[in-house]
Amino acid sequence: MLEFLPMSDAMTTRTVRIAGDHGDDIEAYVAQPEGGGPRAGVVVIHHMPGWDRATKEITRRFAELGYDAICPNLFWREAPGAAPDDAAATVRAQGGVPDERLVGDVAGAAAWLRSLPTSNGRVGVIGYCSGGRQSVLAACSLDLDAAVDCYGAFVTGDPPPGIPFKGNLVDKLPGLRPPLLGLFGAEDQAPSPKHVAELDAILTAHGKAHEFHSYDGAGHGFFAVDRPAYRVAAANDGWVRITDFFATHLGG
Amino acid sequence: MCTYVTMRTPVEGSAKGPAGGWFHVTDATVYYDHPVHAMAEHTLNIDVADPARGPAARVALELTASSARALAAAINEALAGASAA
Repeated sequence: MLEFLPMSDAMTTRTVRIAGDHGDDIEAYVAQPEGGGPRAGVVVIHHMPGWDRATKEITRRFAELGYDAICPNLFWREAPGAAPDDAAATVRAQGGVPDERLVGDVAGAAAWLRSLPTSNGRVGVIGYCSGGRQSVLAACSLDLDAAVDCYGAFVTGDPPPGIPFKGNLVDKLPGLRPPLLGLFGAEDQAPSPKHVAELDAILTAHGKAHEFHSYDGAGHGFFAVDRPAYRVAAANDGWVRITDFFATHLGG
Repeated sequence: MCTYVTMRTPVEGSAKGPAGGWFHVTDATVYYDHPVHAMAEHTLNIDVADPARGPAARVALELTASSARALAAAINEALAGASAA
């Protein structure tokens, strides 16, 4: 097992403004290890409940692992300064985050990371839940060096009518650029084991580097320590997989 | 799973939260998805809001599926028992 251990777990956190999609000014949470680098960056895509405490804790964990980490507030435009749950409700009522805008915001976050004097030029992306799908979407669209999909629904499979985006991501998967780590719950319904198997088959057919792990006894959201879906064994192993994967593809 | 599906409807009335006074509400959204606070993987979530007053002008409910059905039945029963418009 690879370990990517920083010299210290001391870090600095702050809120910044970055240029998102179409140069829009958006808010982002940043966590950076102490010291000068060079090191890689990680873009954390928050889940549908918003730019919340749990996601910022995840962002800080990547700084602890030795990365410059940034989490853009995808709901900033509709709800600047609002509480995360109120912002999520507002954006949901307005139809959600458009895919094109998500890609532009992740591109802005990746560019911000690469502009840092500490950057080694490499950037990974990770997302949970809806952010898992968005992580794959970004990895099919942008110059990224590693991507992690934590139980993103509707990457494959047929979404129900009424969802705020156009279908699944199957037609985009041939464009997947970086290696993809997928972490899934075997009890999840979306993505179900069938959806995960379909994604595995498509990526294999296109020769795309990927590594999938599915956890028995875990469903959707097993990383979420503040929710009933939390499954400690799956989450702990998942963090090991993420740590190794990013060390392999972003480190150095 | 994230269901993504969201039902929206205009409403006419008022709402009150524990931290503030009454306010006029114009919109409701209803969706079955992850809750923020309730101890369930999914809940039936209802936001009754006045978007014109900003994101915080919202009263939110997160109900288990069975309690949401019970609430819906109670609403219908109350309306049926009165000569509601």
